[in-house]
Amino acid sequence: MNAKANFTDAAKTALENPTLRSNFRSAMDSLRERRAAQFPDEAELDGARDLASAIRSRALNSLSDNLVELEKNCLANGIQVHWAETTAEANQIILDICQRHDAKHVIKGKSMVSEECHLNDFLAQHDIEALESDLGEYIVQIDGETPSHIIMPAIHKNKKEIAELFAEKIPGVEYTEDVDTLTAIARKVLRHKFESAAVGISGVNFAVAETGTLCLVENEGNGRMTTTVPPVHIAITGIEKVVPKLSDIAPLYSVLTRSATGQHATTYFNLISSPRREGERDGPQEVHLVLLDNGRSKIYNDEQMRETLKCIRCGACMNHCPVYTRIGGHAYGTVYPGPIGQILNPQQYGIDQAGEMLSACSLNGACGEACPVRIPIPSLISELRHEATRNDQQGRVYGQGALRKLHEAVVWGSWKWIHQNPTAYRLMGFAATRLRKWVPDSAMGPWTRTRVKPALAPKTLHEMMKERGE
Amino acid sequence: MSARERILGRLAPSVIASDQSIDLSVHLDKQYSAEEKIARFSEKLASVHGEIIPCNRDDWPATLAELVQREGFANLALGQGALPDQAAEAVSCATRRYDRAIEDWKGELFSDVAAGFTTCRGGIAETGSLVVWPSAQEPRLLSLVPPVHIALLFADTLRNTLTETLVEEQWHSAMPTNALLISGPSKSADIAQVLAYGVHGPKRLIVLLAH
Repeated sequence: MNAKANFTDAAKTALENPTLRSNFRSAMDSLRERRAAQFPDEAELDGARDLASAIRSRALNSLSDNLVELEKNCLANGIQVHWAETTAEANQIILDICQRHDAKHVIKGKSMVSEECHLNDFLAQHDIEALESDLGEYIVQIDGETPSHIIMPAIHKNKKEIAELFAEKIPGVEYTEDVDTLTAIARKVLRHKFESAAVGISGVNFAVAETGTLCLVENEGNGRMTTTVPPVHIAITGIEKVVPKLSDIAPLYSVLTRSATGQHATTYFNLISSPRREGERDGPQEVHLVLLDNGRSKIYNDEQMRETLKCIRCGACMNHCPVYTRIGGHAYGTVYPGPIGQILNPQQYGIDQAGEMLSACSLNGACGEACPVRIPIPSLISELRHEATRNDQQGRVYGQGALRKLHEAVVWGSWKWIHQNPTAYRLMGFAATRLRKWVPDSAMGPWTRTRVKPALAPKTLHEMMKERGE
Repeated sequence: MSARERILGRLAPSVIASDQSIDLSVHLDKQYSAEEKIARFSEKLASVHGEIIPCNRDDWPATLAELVQREGFANLALGQGALPDQAAEAVSCATRRYDRAIEDWKGELFSDVAAGFTTCRGGIAETGSLVVWPSAQEPRLLSLVPPVHIALLFADTLRNTLTETLVEEQWHSAMPTNALLISGPSKSADIAQVLAYGVHGPKRLIVLLAH
């Protein structure tokens, strides 16, 4: 994240865009329905979530051991392992590998961690073209945008917008809204790039410590292309993605595909354990794994906040979020939008930089109920709101207290005091009911801008009950 | 101190002693009969646009030959080994053997191959997935680059679940360079949630299911 995100303004702009709202609404509705269809049995769903949650918790509990084991086994398999504390370090590692191979063009499979690094811009600054090959990522890249959803990057665009984009940006392409034709156009462009790219860069869904295996989940085949055709493959992942056992991946894969896109399985589940071995005809000669921290180890050290790192990036939380459904992903101004972004970004970049989005939650709980690894997202949002307004410097998150406002603190302080003092409480009740007509609309703040001021009763409940008793 | 040491240093104080065991019985208890496995596999694969051609395990080459004839594939790329040899012998179209490094025929593979033929290590009934372990004999790109992937699967290699496959076959003891689950042809819904097939990989996946 480069600049402080002005979430409130971006959200307002998004709300005023009817096309954007209808694109998100229809997409989120259908994603939720498709997920529900994959979990017809409530008990099975509960069991699957319990199991996936337990696997992720266990993996995190021994994270440092798992990372050491992963490194050992990757090295034994011939995969080179690199560690990066920051996104700048990760970018430099990747640039060095590209330059060593004299790469001018690299092809990319979908990777949110590389988005986190703003890797494409960085490579472009060093005269290396990084082309996205996932269809959705390709669409947003040629439009100079960023993904608006972690699974469906171009979900904010409708057919017409993509048709116009292709006609404008790809030479020799005529306007068509036929999805098969549009897909075929992208296939043709990218096929040439796969053939000629010197380096392929991908993300990782799960890394298995005991076997040194990188697992990629996808539908298009661009992930397999990226990791098989170019002579060099660089995989980049956050340090939290490692699991100890190979048998851990089956339950995680099952809840991932069903929660994300409502599929019982994706087209490809790609398990990579080494570069091309002696005698093999294809596959990269070199495979590199970049392990990125970027604030994760800080999150890790707080037992409650650590739950954030269980995430398997399925996107179900955003699909079920009433706020995300209305404002879309770009309004958040960060790589990870929606509920998972609301707990991840403020911890990674500080509440002073990315804390504003914490207010965009009604605590309805839908994200927490959809999460396949049972991350208590609503509780963590509440906790971060507390961090955002505390002023005791006893918190655990960067930028704590950044959203504290004096008048709010006075109001809540008084509220608390009044509720601890019976005389003050009765006096407040009396004053509120008797003076109710004189409460100005503005006292309600933005609430009454689009709503009618709630009416106060003429007498307090205590008074009414007392009268009834007599 | 290196980035590695600093990161691991910050992670070191593991709060909870780990190694709670993970109970996989929910997955392992899922058992289908031989017929159920075939039915479930076929149903799931068909639901994602996979094409299934049941055939006899003794004369699958004839079924393959018919298929190639009927579809009019100009040529067929094959790996090496007994089964690919049988396939190559049976079909009437031209055949290309993937018997050299990709660098030596990348252009041809990407542009001039109509269909690729591979065998499978097994299949997964629960999700309708092929289990493919590419090898020196049958390289990775054979099931990916040609616009049609024809896969030979023996029904008796079907297992119930992925978990059963990983555990019973002890994959963790020796992983190949690349292991794959393939469930249908390449697809995307990235344009307005409309499903399109053959995005980067094959447009069609045809499974010869040999009983």
